[in-house]
Amino acid sequence: MIVFDQVQKSYQVGGRAIPALHPTDMTIETGEVFGIVGHSGAGKSTLVRLINLLEPPTGGRILIDDENITDYNAAELRAFRRKVGMIFQHFNLLSSKTVADNIAFPMKLAGIYSKMEIRDRVEELLARVSLTDHANKYPSQLSGGQKQRVGIARALACRPTILLCDEATSALDPQTTQSVLKLLADINRELGLTIVLITHEMDVVRRVCDRVAVMDAGEVVEMGPVSEVFLHPKHPTTRDFVFESESIDRDELQEDLSKADGRILRLTFKGESTYKPLLGSVARESGVDFSILSGRIDHIKDTPYGQLTLSLVGGDLDVAMQALKAADVHVEVLR
Amino acid sequence: MEALLSNVDWTEIGWASWDTLVMVGMSLLFSVLIGLPIGVLLFLFGKRQLLEQPVAYAVLSFVVNVLRSVPFIILLIVMIPFTVMLIGTSLGVAGAIPPLVAGGAPFFARLVETSLREVDRGIIEATQAMGASVKQIIFGALLPEALPGIIAGITVTAITLVSYAAMSGVIGGGGLGDLAIRFGYQRFQTDVMVITVALLVIFVQVLQMVGDRLVLYFSRK
Repeated sequence: MIVFDQVQKSYQVGGRAIPALHPTDMTIETGEVFGIVGHSGAGKSTLVRLINLLEPPTGGRILIDDENITDYNAAELRAFRRKVGMIFQHFNLLSSKTVADNIAFPMKLAGIYSKMEIRDRVEELLARVSLTDHANKYPSQLSGGQKQRVGIARALACRPTILLCDEATSALDPQTTQSVLKLLADINRELGLTIVLITHEMDVVRRVCDRVAVMDAGEVVEMGPVSEVFLHPKHPTTRDFVFESESIDRDELQEDLSKADGRILRLTFKGESTYKPLLGSVARESGVDFSILSGRIDHIKDTPYGQLTLSLVGGDLDVAMQALKAADVHVEVLR
Repeated sequence: MEALLSNVDWTEIGWASWDTLVMVGMSLLFSVLIGLPIGVLLFLFGKRQLLEQPVAYAVLSFVVNVLRSVPFIILLIVMIPFTVMLIGTSLGVAGAIPPLVAGGAPFFARLVETSLREVDRGIIEATQAMGASVKQIIFGALLPEALPGIIAGITVTAITLVSYAAMSGVIGGGGLGDLAIRFGYQRFQTDVMVITVALLVIFVQVLQMVGDRLVLYFSRK
């Protein structure tokens, strides 16, 4: 468990303290995939680097499994960092070392593993990230996705309990992003590793994260389970991210809504209710006519969801609302 | 042919070439041994680097700049008392080596500093995140990553030292430069001058070629 207790960070620029992270309280549970989403400059890079103290905080305490890591001396800190893997947007592999040597590097630095142990572990990790055939290549000979898989294997070498991902998929194409995210999800499930992932893409959060924190201007403005934050965003920044990820143009949406008649509702289905033939029966029972203005059916991690914007005309609106609520559908009246 | 190169004593040329090789080889060795750690320190003490030390950086940088700003021909003369103190004579091949190192080491140190700065900061950060000590970062990541640049730096330094070594002929340093000055210049033996210059050109060409090959071999980018 990672606990932030009034953690803050500011930089000294020309004698003035510029805050990068305002005092923040946050708890990341063991074994969860925790997303931190924000625009560039929002402070998410700083936040993730506080967890392995690449950036020391200027105030507050960071507790990891009840130990205050801000108290560590240099040797304790180095030992602690071996238990926290990290992967990067630009991979940061050593260009002078082969794939196998890159993966072995953290184990060699640790100085507590025998040659045999290192060789076996590297082989095992190469197989896990499906790069066995590329063991003796140099990073420059690999594609972006392959490089990131080497990065993941390297981060896992010393069997860490936490994996930090710094924009790990931002330099990759959509298809490669998909496969890297799947690998991360597998690792989380199979090894029970806690993953802290920062990104500026809500879509990445939607696919792999259990909970998410939204950052804006050095502050966490919204935090909660992904389904909650994603389907019912409260803060304007969060709404921006959600709209962005669904490629919704707000002005267009407003225009569409203004053309429609009657009441406009947004319905959110989650889990089982997504598959029920609900709209037809509600329409029959209440006598309302509906037209679909916009909609999306997708998954949040493993949970299916649907979100529809409808305009309703005629019939008994109250009966329709009751029926929808009774079926566990979240109803929001937009107009 | 006989008449054309009538003044050329090939045995003398042979010995002079050997002397130049020894001077360049020895001074290159010491320039690298001294310049490499200074270059690494310059890098580490620099702004926003691992061991940021503004005062230490300023001092080290100042010394390097002073040595680099003195024209080599002046440095040769200024160094004479130190050279005598250090090895007993300021003449011959041995006497030329200390001023060559004084000229070569700071030059090489700057090249090392520059090539270390070329190493992606992300690689240093990643190595730090693995729990590496500063020493491990230097020897495990920085130097291997900067190796092609450092080898290119050694090549440039070696070539600079060839020209410096020739200059040391002025204060009786020995080698091809000494030959060119004593025979080619002072006795107007143009043929000796041509031969020594030709040999120096070949020497530099070979050094550059070997250096380029090594850089290519160690570059994995």
